[in-house]
Amino acid sequence: MEVTEKNVREIIGGYARDQRYALAIMQDMQRTFQYVPREGLELLAEHLGCPVSALYSMATFYRALSLVPKGVHIIRCCDGTACHIRGASTLIEGIERELGIGPGETTPDGQFSLETVNCLGSCALAPVMVLDDVYYGKVTLERLKEILSEVREGGGGK
Amino acid sequence: MRKTVLICCGTGCRANGSLAVVDAVRDAIRETGAPADAVAQVKTTGCNGFCENGPIVKVMPDDITYYKVKPKDAKEIIEKTVVAGEPVLRLLYKNEAGERVRSQEENPFYAQQKKIALSAIGKIDPENIDDYLEIGGYEALKKALAMTPDEIITEVEKSGLRGRGGAGFPTGRKWRTAAGYDNYPKYVVCNGDEGDPGAFMDRSVLEGDPHAVIEGLAIAALAIGAEEGFFYIRDEYDLAVKHIRKAIEDARERGILGDSVMGSGHKLNLSVVRGGGAFICGESTALMASIEGKVGEPRAKYIRSVQRGLWNQPTVLNNVETLANIPYIISNGGEAFAGIGTKGSSGTKVFALVGKVKRTGLVEVPMGTTLRHLIYDIGGGIIGDRPFKAVQTGGPSGGCIPESMLDLEVDFDTLSSYGAMMGSGGMIVMDDRSCMVEVARYYTQFLCEESCGKCTPCREGLRRMLEILTDICEGRGREGDLELLERIGHALQDSSLCSLGKSAPNPVLTTIKYFRSEYEAHIREKRCPAGVCRKLTSYGIDKTKCVGCDLCAKGCPAGAISGGKKEPHEIDPNICITCGSCREACRFDAVVTLGKGASMK
Repeated sequence: MEVTEKNVREIIGGYARDQRYALAIMQDMQRTFQYVPREGLELLAEHLGCPVSALYSMATFYRALSLVPKGVHIIRCCDGTACHIRGASTLIEGIERELGIGPGETTPDGQFSLETVNCLGSCALAPVMVLDDVYYGKVTLERLKEILSEVREGGGGK
Repeated sequence: MRKTVLICCGTGCRANGSLAVVDAVRDAIRETGAPADAVAQVKTTGCNGFCENGPIVKVMPDDITYYKVKPKDAKEIIEKTVVAGEPVLRLLYKNEAGERVRSQEENPFYAQQKKIALSAIGKIDPENIDDYLEIGGYEALKKALAMTPDEIITEVEKSGLRGRGGAGFPTGRKWRTAAGYDNYPKYVVCNGDEGDPGAFMDRSVLEGDPHAVIEGLAIAALAIGAEEGFFYIRDEYDLAVKHIRKAIEDARERGILGDSVMGSGHKLNLSVVRGGGAFICGESTALMASIEGKVGEPRAKYIRSVQRGLWNQPTVLNNVETLANIPYIISNGGEAFAGIGTKGSSGTKVFALVGKVKRTGLVEVPMGTTLRHLIYDIGGGIIGDRPFKAVQTGGPSGGCIPESMLDLEVDFDTLSSYGAMMGSGGMIVMDDRSCMVEVARYYTQFLCEESCGKCTPCREGLRRMLEILTDICEGRGREGDLELLERIGHALQDSSLCSLGKSAPNPVLTTIKYFRSEYEAHIREKRCPAGVCRKLTSYGIDKTKCVGCDLCAKGCPAGAISGGKKEPHEIDPNICITCGSCREACRFDAVVTLGKGASMK
């Protein structure tokens, strides 16, 4: 969704005017815009009556929030312990080779973002990755290629 | 009698395609032509814990459980099992003796478990409050409403229940302290931040039996006199958030929560707060800061959060699994619970048995079960029957336990006396292909990234430890590194602000203690015995073992492997990127690791 004052205000308006909802509001912005835009932080600061810096420190602290736009497709590759010892690094390197981006980066065409997460709670299926909220278990390098080409061709999901 | 088809729709089974199985089963029922209700009722359940073998489908009351079910199996299940009462043999679990077992209880993975916290999961639809009420749900809350707060707390004290999140603090004592303060409002909080990688019991309970956790939290609120409560749930756990939100809503509609809890006049409102993806927010004071809408940094605990927690008011924070045990304790009495487990650690504990073990998943066993029993009897041993090397318990704050200690009885106290900890119950099994130095480096990197940076020992000490460990893994290790790591580690234990820093050196210190020779091989011989550390490893093919199946070459992302069909293959060291996928692919143990620069003769 496009970042406009109206869209930002709509998100903020869904919550009472209370500091305790700051994180939830920024998470909603993240979900809606794929990042927390500067305009969002400024309008939220005005709404809560707190300095922008207080919100900025939260936005940089929490891993779930990003200050730069993420790609259309977000790959969350698990590098929790169970995945790590079952080959998560090989998988992450495979993604790096396929897409030319490392963890935390987005492809120049804005299609894919790669994130590593600490645990997706699906350790029995290690190594696990999530692409656009679909879980893939026991991902091999071959399977990875298939998944990426399915998504590129607009299929995606299972 | 009308049959029920229970289909597991936990996160694991969904990843294996269980939602498509649900549709296929519904279609198959429709195709029989009979009225759908007369054939069978289809229920989607929470996580059965045996995710690797999902999707799991159970047919009741026949008590037949199927594993790895595909949508194309649906028709046969309906025609053969539901209509005719016959099992579909190929979908049953095959035990070590090669026999197909019919019921879940006969499956060796489940046979030796004792379920309290997980008891209802897999039997009920977590999105249907009536399912929970039917199995006696909210009866414990009703009973608690007829008790005084003191009686509730006494019962929990008698049970000996200790916090399942890791620290093992006695729950009853926590409640007693919070109840003693005459300072309102008070709050109750459920810690569902489950940050330890390798542990997923809280996800499973929140997803599969949300009302049990709500009931536990409601009883805690009654005991201390709180009228508001929060669920703090990890951002990654979408399904858990969805199920808890629905369960709270349904309970409110039925008058179980809200302005008058079950008509008693007690008020209780619960809400969900999504975590921001920060490991430190599993720490009590950081978690509370996060709920207040601040950066999740811990504070020094001169004053405990039971006295001054959320918004400086008395607050009780309990872990998901702890709360899921509360209804059982109130219904059956504290003594019944205390009769299970060991003297100092009563009840059961859910472990996430993962890593290189044959049967991975969630297991609930009485406290005091040995590691050997867990790994070999329930877990079925190591994948490929390779040698066992270590089991890592307690997440990043825990330690690595070697084979000589497998007969230890697991509870809160035994493991801590050996420098490890039970923690939240993650149990990651490692074989000879796991490098303990790399594992220590991995945890240190994890903690270094997750350290909030507020106190110096944790922020700077972890960074320095990570530098040293990275050097060792990359062949730049020096004599004296191990002693330096130990010194920094002890400084962290003594001087960090919160338990993240205090326990952070555990993985490093335990691996140095129990696997010193492996460190020494890295430092002195510049060699990684497990063949994991890239900079110290190259791969070769043992020509006497290679049968030329070509599996390694097919999987090689660099195209470094060549060889004719049915002829021994070869790896070109100039092209090889040492990713190790050939070693994983080989079924004949023909891919061997060599020191860097060495080649096959």
